[in-house]
Amino acid sequence: MERKTKVNAEDGKQELMITREFDLPLELLFKAYAQAELFEQWMGTKVLKLESRKHGSYQFETTDPKGNKHRFNGSIHDFLPNKKIIRTFEMENTPFGVQLEIYEFEELTPDTSKLTMHVLYESVAQRDQVLQLPFAQGINMAHNRIQDILSKLK
Amino acid sequence: MNLRRDVFQAIADPTRRAILLLVASQSLTAGAIAANFDTARPTVSKHLQILTECELLTQEQNGREIYYHFNPKKMKEVAEFIEPFRKMWDDRFNKLESVMKKYKAK
Repeated sequence: MERKTKVNAEDGKQELMITREFDLPLELLFKAYAQAELFEQWMGTKVLKLESRKHGSYQFETTDPKGNKHRFNGSIHDFLPNKKIIRTFEMENTPFGVQLEIYEFEELTPDTSKLTMHVLYESVAQRDQVLQLPFAQGINMAHNRIQDILSKLK
Repeated sequence: MNLRRDVFQAIADPTRRAILLLVASQSLTAGAIAANFDTARPTVSKHLQILTECELLTQEQNGREIYYHFNPKKMKEVAEFIEPFRKMWDDRFNKLESVMKKYKAK
């Protein structure tokens, strides 16, 4: 399984695109995002709140190996079942600002589907920071590490 | 540039990667950076020197203090700098696929 997930981040732009084709029918792919208990399983995060509807909001919480808790939240701007989710995303207590995320769900065949994730950041610099963070480890670990460090500075 | 001051070598060291992550989120003085590590201060200074020499960090004089900034342009020269980010999403999506296949099988 190679290069199933593609990331396109053009130089000097404050956005990026992530695309992925899944060996899943469209409805199942969408459900993975819409239902809290499923989302928790694949994202490895605790869902504190997930209102899968227009003008809903969500909040997640992860616990790092040291037991520190990190929260993420956002507002759901639009929610079109099996088609589209538009939401904001923010890592609480970090300097990375807010990003706008547009998820498009498409059917390829009755058994396969495609997700296109369009992410817009507040600035080019912010996008590049987020992109470069995981070069050491996974992005979550990097974020946790930065949060640890920032909390020590306070 | 001295061959030893190669970007790839600079980021191969875990302490230097941690310094980069720290400075990527905000510019800091050498003292503030060193305060985050158990490593001896001169060792941290050596790491800062290496990171500065290969241009991953830039220095800015601010009064009596020198602040270190992260230089994202240089980081881009690291081949496939996007790869860890892509890999993270690939892993997540693989998990999604397996979770949903099990769900479907129920």
